[in-house]
Amino acid sequence: MGFLEYAPAPESTSLVSFRNEYGLYIDGEWTAGGGTPFQSINPATEAVLATVAEADAADVDRAVAAARRAYEKVWSKTSGKDRGKYLFRIARLVQERARELAVAEVLDNGKPIKEARDVDVPLVAAWFFHYAGWADKLDYAGLGPNPRALGVAGQVIPWNFPLLMLAWKLAPALAAGNTVVLKPAETTPLTALLFVEILEQAGLPAGVVNIITGAGATGAALVAHPDVDKVAFTGSTAVGRGIARAIAGTEKRVTLELGGKAANIVFDDAPLDEAVNGIVNGIFFNQGQVCCAGSRLLVQESIHDEVVERLQRRLSTLRVGDPMDKNTDVGAINSKVQLERVTRMVEVGESEGASRWSAPCDLPENGFWFAPTIFTDVQASHRIAREEIFGPVLSVLTFRTPDEAVAKANNTPYGLSAGIWSDKGSRILELANRLRAGVIWANTFNRFDPASPFGGYRESGYGREGGRPGLTSYLQAAPAAVPAVQAAKPVTSRKGAAK
Amino acid sequence: MTGTSIEAPHERALALLGGQPDDATLRRYLHGLPGVDAVGLEARAADLGTRSIKTTSKAWALDTIVKLIDLTTLEGADTPGKVRSLTAKALAPDPGDRQTPRTAAVCVYGDMVGIAVESLGAAHGDPDDGLVAVAAVATAFPSGRASLEIKLADTRDAVAAGADEIDMVIDRGAFLSGRYGQVFDEIVAVKDACRRADGTSASLKVILETGELMSYDNVRRASWLSILAGGDFIKTSTGKVAPAATLPVTLLMLEVVRDWHTATGGRIGVKPAGGIRTSKDAIKYLVTVAETVGEDWLQPHLFRFGASSLLNDVLLQRQKLRTGHYSGPDYVTID
Repeated sequence: MGFLEYAPAPESTSLVSFRNEYGLYIDGEWTAGGGTPFQSINPATEAVLATVAEADAADVDRAVAAARRAYEKVWSKTSGKDRGKYLFRIARLVQERARELAVAEVLDNGKPIKEARDVDVPLVAAWFFHYAGWADKLDYAGLGPNPRALGVAGQVIPWNFPLLMLAWKLAPALAAGNTVVLKPAETTPLTALLFVEILEQAGLPAGVVNIITGAGATGAALVAHPDVDKVAFTGSTAVGRGIARAIAGTEKRVTLELGGKAANIVFDDAPLDEAVNGIVNGIFFNQGQVCCAGSRLLVQESIHDEVVERLQRRLSTLRVGDPMDKNTDVGAINSKVQLERVTRMVEVGESEGASRWSAPCDLPENGFWFAPTIFTDVQASHRIAREEIFGPVLSVLTFRTPDEAVAKANNTPYGLSAGIWSDKGSRILELANRLRAGVIWANTFNRFDPASPFGGYRESGYGREGGRPGLTSYLQAAPAAVPAVQAAKPVTSRKGAAK
Repeated sequence: MTGTSIEAPHERALALLGGQPDDATLRRYLHGLPGVDAVGLEARAADLGTRSIKTTSKAWALDTIVKLIDLTTLEGADTPGKVRSLTAKALAPDPGDRQTPRTAAVCVYGDMVGIAVESLGAAHGDPDDGLVAVAAVATAFPSGRASLEIKLADTRDAVAAGADEIDMVIDRGAFLSGRYGQVFDEIVAVKDACRRADGTSASLKVILETGELMSYDNVRRASWLSILAGGDFIKTSTGKVAPAATLPVTLLMLEVVRDWHTATGGRIGVKPAGGIRTSKDAIKYLVTVAETVGEDWLQPHLFRFGASSLLNDVLLQRQKLRTGHYSGPDYVTID
């Protein structure tokens, strides 16, 4: 056995104990669901982790009613300073229970422990800390003095970053003074349900956060509920379209965080070794199940062969397997359905004439696995260059000039993220202005920070999460009504008072 | 170490450079290398540092670290007694465990080479055969501020006294002011001074003193320059300047060595030196070597640690693996 086949270094799973069954968390209590309970499994072993209740329309109704009550009776009367205290408490509890949360996320999602431990959970804490700081400073959100919360937010989150997406949704909503009904994805509900313990430890008043589980029908009932004021969704473009249709013509505010087919553009003057690492991080991070993944590599033709060679060498050192092993780089695909979709898209790529290369690795027998894969000879007209695969599959295309790079990068119905690799700062700045994507990374990829807004163009959705824009997505300006006693005063003095 | 002819790498260098190694040609070549993104490099090094090396892998790693150490004493206060103590430690690092491998070499100042050779006795030889080599710092170490004649005399003196390996310093002043040709010529000349009468040659380690080069781009350029000029090893630091060896710098130098191997098939050694004091840190270096150039490089003629206090920490960790409990500093020798 060579040194590189590092001896197993598994993280202990004894830190986490899931219950056998979970109900719905409504108004501070666990209650039974009206639908058919379903199971959540470990995608790396296919072992059943827990049985989870399904919320039907009546349950959704109860949850929204609880959130409305909590909004009117408690949360809208809680000062920003006090809301901040709860959020700081939650952030600290996330840090205290970081290992447990990371292990739970790995069990339910299949991502490697290294990522859950070093990326997901620290970012969850960072998001709560960031918005905790905002809670008593809403006057500076850019909406004028005394902005108001929207009311009840219905939030539906995906399975790729279950706990992180929960934080992206809950933290700004609560900081802004909204109450929440949140539905985690049906394949990864467990960390959200575990998170209830943290909400209770933090002493958050009952009904401020309600967590209901279920599949598409539950989510649809939630976003369509007439008493929901704000809809926040992260997931596929197809479902996002359905939501946009469902709420069209209503007063509801909405943010949609949808799919992507990001271009990662590598120029011939790029720092090559770092670019190769960035490409790997861009598409193989979280098994490529990332909406902003750099799934289209646009590489300058003159360095194409060298970059592909370096990529293949680097991918050969990636460890695919047991996500609980601290040395694993690539874990399991989240579900059988997703694995089938990735497999199908790769078959399409091969039949379209692109050349496939997959990293040599032994895949475990049980569970859902896919070896890191690169397609070269990909043409712009191929489906694998157009459609989101949402798996560890990279399509490599080439360009000759910066103009061609921009044209190809923008030639997609999506527009969530893009990457530029070049040693030349002026080129990076110029290109960043011309790329139609919500997030543009320069000489890096897949970096997230709570202070940085995140969101897309066109079929990647609308609205921004993170930073100040992420806060204003949950706020409205104070009504413009002027009290009678002040009505006679000149307008300028009122403006001055606002500052 | 057995000799390699000097002409071969030199001719290869000229072919790669496409001209004579003057300042202009070297500048064109070295400044045409891909840049280094500092944030990305450091992130990659940090990532490699999170590998979790346990049980059998850890046991192998600890023994390998011992086999790769150049056990070093480079002090003004060095005496024959100190050097004898060091060689004894190199030969039998842990008196309580005769299975402990020997270190690769002892590294001393030039005037101590004779003492080191004498006290190693029959155990003096090639570390790839389980023997212990003698490495000497030369060329007006650590500053390198002397005339070329002095540097060459310093080198010849150490080789004549029996040094197997010469650790030279580059002229950082010349490098930073763009006189690449001068740095190149000096390395070529020192390499020539490493020759012995019998036609063999001492192995040449070229110290870049990365702590004085100020940027990763410069480290990459100095690495290429040293390899082009015929260095057998590239070494991070003298240990006299902070920062000495760091994981990102070593990773960068390993990337150059990997690219050189891809381009020419030649194998160049890497030696991080200074500041590596714990087993935990040293294991990160092993991981970085294995995942960058491949584990073939974890042999004494291709990778070394320049260290002194590291050895005792490795011995304590070995004892812990063997007995299951930690002992303490009194269970390893102070030399």
